[in-house]
Amino acid sequence: MRRFALLFVVAIVVWIAGCSSSSTPNTVTGVTLSCLPSPIQSSQQNQCIATVTGTGSFSTTVTWTASGGSIASNGVYTAPVVLSPTTFTITGTSTQNTHDSAMTTVTVNPVNATPITVDAGPQPQTFTAVNEAFTSVTVCVPNTSTCQTIDHILVDTGTSGLRLLSSVLTVPLPQQNDSSGNPLDECMVFLDGYAWGPVALADISIAGEKASSAPVQVMIPDSGSPPVPSDCSSRSMGFNEGNSVSALGANGILGVGLFQQDCGTKCTSANGTIPPVYYECPSSGCNPTYVTLAQQVPNPVILFSFDNNGVVISLPVVPEGGVPTENGSLIFGIGTQTNNAVPTSATVYTVPNSGTNAGELTTTFNGVSYPSTIESGATGIFFLDSATTGITTCTVKGSTWYCPTTSPDNLSAINQGANGNKGIVNFSIEDANKLLSSSHTAFSTLGAPAPMPGTFDWGLSFFFGRTVFTAIDGKSAPGGPPPYIAY
Amino acid sequence: MPTWMKRLCLCWKRSALLLFGVLAFVPLPARAVLGDTAASVLTDQARMKGSLRSVDAKAYVMHEITVDSGTVVREYVSPAGVVFAVAWEGQFPPDFEQLLGPYYQQAKQATSQQERHGRGPIFVDTPGLVVQQSGHPRSFHGQAYVPQLIPEGVKASDIR
Repeated sequence: MRRFALLFVVAIVVWIAGCSSSSTPNTVTGVTLSCLPSPIQSSQQNQCIATVTGTGSFSTTVTWTASGGSIASNGVYTAPVVLSPTTFTITGTSTQNTHDSAMTTVTVNPVNATPITVDAGPQPQTFTAVNEAFTSVTVCVPNTSTCQTIDHILVDTGTSGLRLLSSVLTVPLPQQNDSSGNPLDECMVFLDGYAWGPVALADISIAGEKASSAPVQVMIPDSGSPPVPSDCSSRSMGFNEGNSVSALGANGILGVGLFQQDCGTKCTSANGTIPPVYYECPSSGCNPTYVTLAQQVPNPVILFSFDNNGVVISLPVVPEGGVPTENGSLIFGIGTQTNNAVPTSATVYTVPNSGTNAGELTTTFNGVSYPSTIESGATGIFFLDSATTGITTCTVKGSTWYCPTTSPDNLSAINQGANGNKGIVNFSIEDANKLLSSSHTAFSTLGAPAPMPGTFDWGLSFFFGRTVFTAIDGKSAPGGPPPYIAY
Repeated sequence: MPTWMKRLCLCWKRSALLLFGVLAFVPLPARAVLGDTAASVLTDQARMKGSLRSVDAKAYVMHEITVDSGTVVREYVSPAGVVFAVAWEGQFPPDFEQLLGPYYQQAKQATSQQERHGRGPIFVDTPGLVVQQSGHPRSFHGQAYVPQLIPEGVKASDIR
């Protein structure tokens, strides 16, 4: 009896369904798609939604396909890894009527951001780093999978080029030769030391960006071969930073500064005296030589397929007294993706690309103007002297720092670019003796004198609480032309 | 010394400089400059293959050597004929071993005693030597002087 009742209900349902189909056919009439957000970055996901229209009773489901990457049945699209912006086609086909389909596109950009950390430095801890922004870099023997990821590479917008300590390098990067077939070595002089060693070639990967077969410098110790030429070491009053991890304060330096190469045209043209920067080193010994721009150690950013016009460093506010560690981000490209647009609140300060003030702004303090730099690779704020600033100094472990008796000492200066743009910088200096005896490693208030002839060097202390754009000479970037610094 | 004698003395020194100027075309041995005699300026010029410009600021004479790589070295000579200060700027720093002479080791010694906390400009402030270098590796700015050799009436801030 029950069975008959069920059959009756089913029959009624079928009859009703049949009735409606006779008046409106069950047909799919169209499919539209949208995938949001777009663009996305390598390996990121977005959601694709299909809107199926039709008449009568029809299926709203679609079958998804993608020309690159993968898409799940629920419409979640996963982007593939790309090195430059690539557009992929997403197709949604009605499952009910495979003749009805629609296409849309998703643009995939390379991953252009990587974390930076301010901490006590590389392990084993033989020294304590202060105000050093570190990141990780992967280097590979070109066109192979023989790779090494090296942590605690100092991010420096004051220099250009990747330099790695030979003592931490475990992959055999091939030596670059000069035009005569002799090994090419380099003497890179910093403010407070120098780096000597071979120019090698590496595929450099940082974030989702890649610089293929890029010249890099391998920093070797005094005991290394070839020995440091005397006209290299005598250009510095500091020491060989390639001697050890503690001598460098890092495992390497990632120079992502204002210029495309570390030397530029001064090292390429036969203008009389060969600068003691690049050396050809046959077995008989090393002598300075000219090199082409392509042979020089470049800012690796210029070799990226995309996001290659500069970098952005973003670090949070650090309160007075400093913090134990801090985290921020290093973003490649300026105005190339949504995360590196120059905001309207930022000011662009252009700098000269040559001459004795190359790469420098002007900073006015108490009505007097001084040349200045903004670089993430310098520790604190190095400026003027006690007589000019009225701040007392003290000696902490052999170095002179500002140690105001009323701490913090609140100061103000005006930065100006070559384009005439100006901006006030309010900054505070705290007693360095107190700061450096704490266990903290990130300080926004660390300062030291730089008295002769009077300069401002806005180091990492300046970067806390700011997003600082460093745009590379010879590239184009919004608000430019580069070279410029914007914040 | 009466003023006229000082003038005569300076005048003689200028003649001597001119003479050395002629001699500068003859290769001279490289020698130190800071703390050395005025003649070492010309040695330096010859060694750097640079052009020389001299400015008499009364209390001292400033000799500016511009090297073809663009680096500018300024050497400050006291009325006593001693180089009491040097300054430099440009893409490439000068050869400090030659420019600072015996003071080079002193500067290196001082920087090696500074415990490394990070990176930045060099500043050595000792009773016998003051050295500073700032800027970045496209544009170095630096100075060195011997406080005891600075002539009367000259301030450290005059060195530029």
